[in-house]
This record gives sequence, C-alpha cells and structure tokens, in this order.
Amino acid sequence: MDDNTKSMELPDAQGHFGPFGGKYVIETLMPALDSLERLYEEVHNDPKFQSDLKYYLKEYVGRPTPLFFAERLTKHLGGAKIYLKREDLNHTGAHKINNTIGSALLALRMGKKRVIAETGAGQHGVATATAAALFGLKCDVFMGEEDIKRQALNVFRMKLLGAKVIAVTAGTRTLKDATSEAIREWITSVETTHYIIGSVVGPHPYPMIVRNFQRVIGDEVSEQIMEIEKRLPNLCVACVGGGSNAMGLFYPFVQNEKIRLVGVEAAGFGIETGKHGATLSHGSTGVLHGMMSYLLHDDDGQVQEAHSISAGLDYPGVGCEHSYLKLTGRAEYESITDEEALEGFKLLSHKEGIIPALETAHAIAHVAKIAPKMNKKEIIVVCLSGRGDKDVNQIADRMEMGL
Amino acid sequence: MNRITNCFKKIKNEKRKALVVFITAGDPDLEETKSILDIIDDSGADIIELGVPFSDPLADGPIIQAASLRSLKSGTTLKKIISLVQEIRKTRDLPIVLMTSFNPVFVYGEQQFVEDAVFVGVDGVIIPDLPPEEAAEFSVYAEKKGLDVIHLLAPTSPDERIRMIAKKGRGFIYYISLTGTTGVRVQLAEGLGDKVASIKQSSDIPVLIGFGISNPDLAREATKFSDGVIVGSAVVKLIESNSDPIQRNKKLAEFISSIKQAISDPC
Repeated sequence: MDDNTKSMELPDAQGHFGPFGGKYVIETLMPALDSLERLYEEVHNDPKFQSDLKYYLKEYVGRPTPLFFAERLTKHLGGAKIYLKREDLNHTGAHKINNTIGSALLALRMGKKRVIAETGAGQHGVATATAAALFGLKCDVFMGEEDIKRQALNVFRMKLLGAKVIAVTAGTRTLKDATSEAIREWITSVETTHYIIGSVVGPHPYPMIVRNFQRVIGDEVSEQIMEIEKRLPNLCVACVGGGSNAMGLFYPFVQNEKIRLVGVEAAGFGIETGKHGATLSHGSTGVLHGMMSYLLHDDDGQVQEAHSISAGLDYPGVGCEHSYLKLTGRAEYESITDEEALEGFKLLSHKEGIIPALETAHAIAHVAKIAPKMNKKEIIVVCLSGRGDKDVNQIADRMEMGL
Repeated sequence: MNRITNCFKKIKNEKRKALVVFITAGDPDLEETKSILDIIDDSGADIIELGVPFSDPLADGPIIQAASLRSLKSGTTLKKIISLVQEIRKTRDLPIVLMTSFNPVFVYGEQQFVEDAVFVGVDGVIIPDLPPEEAAEFSVYAEKKGLDVIHLLAPTSPDERIRMIAKKGRGFIYYISLTGTTGVRVQLAEGLGDKVASIKQSSDIPVLIGFGISNPDLAREATKFSDGVIVGSAVVKLIESNSDPIQRNKKLAEFISSIKQAISDPC
C-alpha cells in the first residue's frame, strides 16, 4: 500500500498526516510552533544533541529496557509467544521519560528556564518534573482535580521533585481539562516557557517530536527480537490514550506490513454506555487541542467526556498519526473495558510478578483475548508502558468494594 | 459592499473610533441574548461580536469560559445562534461577527456554515484556532460568499507574519493586546502602541485591539493608536453578576455608553 510507505515521511511540511494533524492554535502560539519546528530540525541532525540524548537515556533513564519473554503468561494463554517490552523499568516507571528528557534538552537549547506539562495518570507529570530537576528547570504541572484524587502518589512524587502541581477544576477535571489549562498557560507565558506535551497530540510539530523521542521503544524491540528470535514479531500491541507508547512501538514497523499493529483503547464502562475513551473506534474527525484527529464529540461539535478507570486513557482525543494509521488501515484499534483491564492487571501480576499500570493492563487484557487464538510459533510484543504502583491504592479500594 | 466595510467607512467619516462589543450567545440563554443585543446596539456599539460557546475554549480566560458553560447548559448550539441572528436581523442592522472555535464549524460543515451564516445576515467570522495556514479553503469559500474572515495578530507575531496576515485579513485586523487569554486586565501591555503602528503600516483595513480592554480608561488609551477596541470579558462579567434582567440591562447600557464616551473624546 502506497500510503504506508509514505507514512515514514509524514507529517508533511505543514504538519499533516493525510487529513489529520496541522496547527489549529491561536496566533499567539504560531510563532513558537514555527521556531520549535526549526529548532527540532536543527537538533535532529546535530550529533552533539543526539549524543547528549543517548547519554541521558542510557545512564539516567536506564535504557535499553529489556525485552522479556513472558513464559508463564504464554503457557497460561496457550497460544502465541508473548514478549514484554519493559518500559516500566525506565527511571520513573514509564515510557514518558523518553520524551521528557529529549524535550527538556530542547528547552535548554531554546534558553527557556521553565517548562509546563499536563498530566492524567501523573506519569508524564512525574517524568517532566524529573527532567526539570535533572536540568535545573522550573516546572509547573497541570492536573485535573479528579486525577489528583486518583493518583495521589504521583502528585506527592512531583512535589518531592520540586514541581508545582496546579489543580484544574474546569470541566471534567481530568486530562482533557488539564491539557486545555496547560495550553492557556502556554499562551500566557510562551516567550519564557516550553510546553512539554505528554503524548503524540497537539499542534505540529509536537506529534512528530514526541513520536521521534518515543520511537526508541520500537527501535530497541526490533534489534532485541532479532537477536532473541532471529525474526520480527507478528503482532505489536500497546494501549492508546493519546498514544505515545503505541506510536513509539509501532513507528519503526509501519513500513513492514507483515507486522500487525494493534492499539488498545479504553472501553470504560462499556462502549454501549457511552462512557468510554475509545476515540478511534467510536469517534469521528474533529479539532481539539491544536490538531485535527479523531475525537469524541456530539453533533454540535462539543467535546464529550471520556471515561476510563485509568487516568491516562481518560481522554476524548487521540494522536493524529494514529488517526492516519486507522484511516489507511495500517493499524487496528480495539477496546477493553474497566473490568477487563482489572483482570489484565491481576493476570500479569500473578503470572509474571509484574504489576502493570492500569493503562498498560488494557494492552495485557487484549493480549489475553487474542494470544490463545494465535499459532504457538507466532510472536506478540506488547509494550509494558508503565508500572502499577501508582494504581495500587485505587485498585485496593475497588477490590474492597467487592470486585 | 458589506456591513462591516460600510460601518468603518462611516466611522472614518465621523473621525471616531470603533467599538466592538463581545458577548457569548446563549448566556444566560438565547432569549436573554436578544434583549442584551438590543441594549448593546442602542448603547452605541458599532459591531456585535457574538461568541459561539465551546466545551474547550482554549483562548479564553475564566470569565468567558464560565459564560460558555452557562450557554451550553442552556442548550445553545451553533444552529440556534444562526437562527437567532436571523431573528435579530428583522430589527437590527449593525454588523454581526461570530467568534467561534473551529470544531463547531467543522462539524456543522464548513461550506454549509458559510452559506447559512451569510443567508441570515452574519457579516464576519473570527475563528481563533484556525490560523491562515489551516484556513485556506475556508477563506476562499467565505470570500466567494461574502463572509469576512477576520484574522488575529498577537504580540508574538513577527514582521513576516504581520505582512502575510494583514494581506489575508478581511473586515478588520483583530490585534490581541497581550500574550495571554481573554480577561479583565488593569493595564495595557507594554509596547502595544509600537506593535499596532507597525501592523497599521502593513494593513489596508482597520486594526482593532481586543483582550483585556475592560474599562473606559484602557479603551481611551488603546484607541490612541488603533482604529477601535473590542470589549468582551468586562461585559460578560456584568451579565454574569446581574441575574435580574432589568438591572443587568441598565448596567450594560451604562457601561457600554461609558466606553463609547471615552473613545469618542478627542485625545
């Protein structure tokens, strides 16, 4: 398929992935996006920047992360061989830091002394606060009040790291509103502040930059699986909220059409209830947070509330490149309910001694559904995007409620 | 010639400055909006800027965000606002400009929106999150149908963007007075005069200043170097804090007249 081979070269010069992407922001931000674009182009080919990035990823973040054969899980499910890409073993416990280290280095290059971020589950907030501490930057993190309740541990971590956590009380008080508030703050402080977006969302060049900082996941998988299995996987699976860990895993494989790519969204209480975060499966094209992408919105163009047990998937939008991969059929998108995710959470904990993040548990739950239907010689790589320590309190509460 | 161009021609002949008043349509509901619009027109506003509520208004501060929410709760939609304009046009002839986030327009259908808006008598549209880079097709169609696409410029806009946008702008240039969101401010941003002067050099159409113009003094100050002002949050705040319609309309009339007075004084 022609479109797919082209996909490696996307976005185009205007930041579009087919009909998606672009820069839908107020004039105040346009010059900052233009200069970020120019700067990124410069550092992308700058050996010094790349070697700095490599150094911090290796010595500070702990890369490369292992690609672990989940033997007991594989046996239990009785189908394809399952490999776990251990992004949970990164410093701070999730893939988010791949992007924040790179983005903080960009902020330093720009001479900006302050960074801001939005966060849902708190993982991106923690990763941004960590990078800010490492490089001596001031850091403010916007977080929905609802998520502050759900993710108390991460709030405390951010504070310990010296960041200020700003509670967002607008709208649904979750990731969508935290993102809106971070953008408003950026409109106000754009001349002195770099906005570190946590996913492959937002106006161009953000989706491209975040993808390129996250593609290290897929690049490592590619090398590791060749070394272990002497061949590439049949299937790559990752959870999708905004979609940065999925984009990072998928991107190096997009051109190789023999490899199936499956993103797993949140079905929340169930698609039929309307309370979910399955944007790609059940949304339609729209514009939110600076980009054209799939979106959960009503017939009048008002953005709808998403729902997921996991704060990180509780978002009515999705990365514009995922929208493109969905449109062209190159990737498939499935959804997993809160209940199923909890089963996935327990399954991985019991079978492999790894407590996954609730977001990641969606990907595990999907693997549990499809691995048994696959041939034993086939290989699945699932991105274990984050660890579940942050979710333990929330799950303990839920279990006591009779789950 | 359309109402906006005519309006500025008249203002120029009268050697005065333009007053644009913003309210969020449907705040507190569409019926009240009608009576508020009458008051605004009668108090001397030259142009009405009617805000279309959106669930996630990124360029707005807390005052207009709250108005958006009130409006959505009362059931306002873009379709109903277009019907409202049709209703208003029976009695009012001042230029009406819609200010909206792009998504409601995109979902409505861009061409359908342009056609319906023009049909009922909307004169222009401001879509803050649709910069010229993304507006090409929309602007061409709007121009063809006679709907002015009003572009924004900001303190951060470099010279080459000023030139590009001044060329593409129709109706008037909306200059965002400050690096920030909409809201009430106590003073004008530094360097405002120089920036507006440099925009006026590139622009054949009037340059108006909005964002933060919240009292007669600031309005007077801002019209020293611009062609007029846009007053929004201060008006919306009055609507918010006066639930009694009679009291509200009285205060609105006083406030708008006071701004009008301030910008009519010879500087």
